[in-house]
Amino acid sequence: MTPPATTTDDIGLRFMLLGLLALAASLAFGALGAVKFLDPDFLEALPFHKVRPLHVSLAVSWIFLAAIGGIYHHLHKGGGPALFSPRAAAWHFRLFAVTGIAILGAYLAGRFGGREYWEFPPVLSLPIFASWILFGWNYFRSVLRRRGAWPVYYWMWGTGIVFFLITFSEAHLWLIPFFRENMVREVTVQWKAYGALVGSWNMLVYGTAILVMEKISGDETLAASKLAFSLFFLGLFNLMFGWAHHAYPVPAAPWIRHFAYVVSMTELLVLGKIIWDWRGTVATWRRFRHRDACRFLFAADLWVFLNLLLAIVISIPAANLFTHGTHVTVAHAMGTTIGINTMILLASVFYVIETRASEAAARRYRTAVRAGFWLTNGALLAFFLALIGAGLVRGTFAGSFAEMTAAVAPWLVVFTVAGVGLMAGLWMILLPATRTIWGLVAPRRRAIAPSAAE
Amino acid sequence: MQRDAGQTMKHTAAPAARRWIMAGFCAAFAVYSVNVYTVGTEMPGGPALTPAVQHGLALFQQSNCIACHQFYGLGGYMGPDLTNVVSAPDKGPDYARAFIENGTARMPNFGFGEAQVNDLVRFLEFVDASGAYPPKSPEINWNGTVAYDAARHNDR
Repeated sequence: MTPPATTTDDIGLRFMLLGLLALAASLAFGALGAVKFLDPDFLEALPFHKVRPLHVSLAVSWIFLAAIGGIYHHLHKGGGPALFSPRAAAWHFRLFAVTGIAILGAYLAGRFGGREYWEFPPVLSLPIFASWILFGWNYFRSVLRRRGAWPVYYWMWGTGIVFFLITFSEAHLWLIPFFRENMVREVTVQWKAYGALVGSWNMLVYGTAILVMEKISGDETLAASKLAFSLFFLGLFNLMFGWAHHAYPVPAAPWIRHFAYVVSMTELLVLGKIIWDWRGTVATWRRFRHRDACRFLFAADLWVFLNLLLAIVISIPAANLFTHGTHVTVAHAMGTTIGINTMILLASVFYVIETRASEAAARRYRTAVRAGFWLTNGALLAFFLALIGAGLVRGTFAGSFAEMTAAVAPWLVVFTVAGVGLMAGLWMILLPATRTIWGLVAPRRRAIAPSAAE
Repeated sequence: MQRDAGQTMKHTAAPAARRWIMAGFCAAFAVYSVNVYTVGTEMPGGPALTPAVQHGLALFQQSNCIACHQFYGLGGYMGPDLTNVVSAPDKGPDYARAFIENGTARMPNFGFGEAQVNDLVRFLEFVDASGAYPPKSPEINWNGTVAYDAARHNDR
């Protein structure tokens, strides 16, 4: 019997499906934005000030939708405690989808009013806020029913949900005159909120990574060890206090910068841990390389290393002096959102596909996904290096803005070509993933395995 | 039927200790945030947010200028940083006004009226009075920290 749309059987998959579509669209707008750096007149109907928020908002939506989808799926089908309220989850989905469409419509119509990254009119933040309250209430009511201590990913997800609400509220403090009337306060608080916001979605995504690793390896101690919790609290420490490297040049009190510098350097512990674990990581990869989910997790591991290295460098104020306000920051943002977050979330999506779709369905997509995987990672590396090159030229250039733009142009050509390659590579992965998840959401279609319809 | 991992999994660390650590973190975060909101970002004698500045700010947001421009290096990279555009040598309010009124090959002409252009310039003056970017004469210390120019950077 086909379950109704509001059951938790497919609510997680619906979030994932919407997320996959959001990522596919985000990539198209991203590639268009890159082309506009070289030819601003290209497709004049969509100017850059509309394309950029469309790209960014859809990318952020992908991260949240896929992470939330994984959490809901785990709570129902992944062996977790039963979801407390399937009805609330369904309302969460509807609110998210309708608000998302309204935001995209506002951008296309040129109706802005918010701040960077939340450029839509602030009234549209209300349903987003309501949907997260619903999600948080449902999540905590679900996991609190579980007997025994929580694995670390329950802590991470709970922390991610709560801190999203805190940082999302903080990002709207500019609506209060006390914050708006002081430019230094306004910019500082805005970036404090954004820094922690990224930390909050990292909690959702990294929690998902640990869950998938635990499920693939069958090692339940992974998510319960003291080391896992130590790294969780280190991540939380950075989420709360490590944001200010985004805003070193803003003339706030020096203690904010100095404290953030010290906090950021604690990430060296994570870097050291990754290097220390390297042989184990490679051994795990060899053992599970036949799994697509593991392939994406391994790629994420490599990107964590590269991005952490870059993050630590740009957190040193002396280096930040040359990288702040340049494409190096974009390299860091793209490297983390695509190399780390997207790889982990694709691992989660393919873990679900591998456990629920038929082998026949998996065979159909395998070649395209593997080709897409290599194209994506190769293009991302070129993209990442081109942005660092462009950033270093910009950061050390002494001349007018027009001269600097001309000097950076060769790097932006590489960036644009790599961006189109990145889009093509990810689309090769997204197309079969979307078709397979769609087959699972609509079980009458052929891709569904008998067990998935139970 | 998949089993409920929660029923069978064994855990090693003490959950009560974790709850206390979490509570300590949250308390520290609250104290820290209040300090950032107040003493950490005070700007004594800073410019006033007049109705004209407020209107300029609203126009800046409604046109999504930050998609292409930056303040303090924060924003989009299609256009230049605007933190001190109204006070920079060879630039100034009229320079900013010319770009806002006419647009460029990379910047659309938003069709602002004269009053709107004036308010946008007032807003840019409000931003300019808050500090300098890029820092004028930063000194790099042995430990990697940077001493920014105290005169404009408002270092306290």
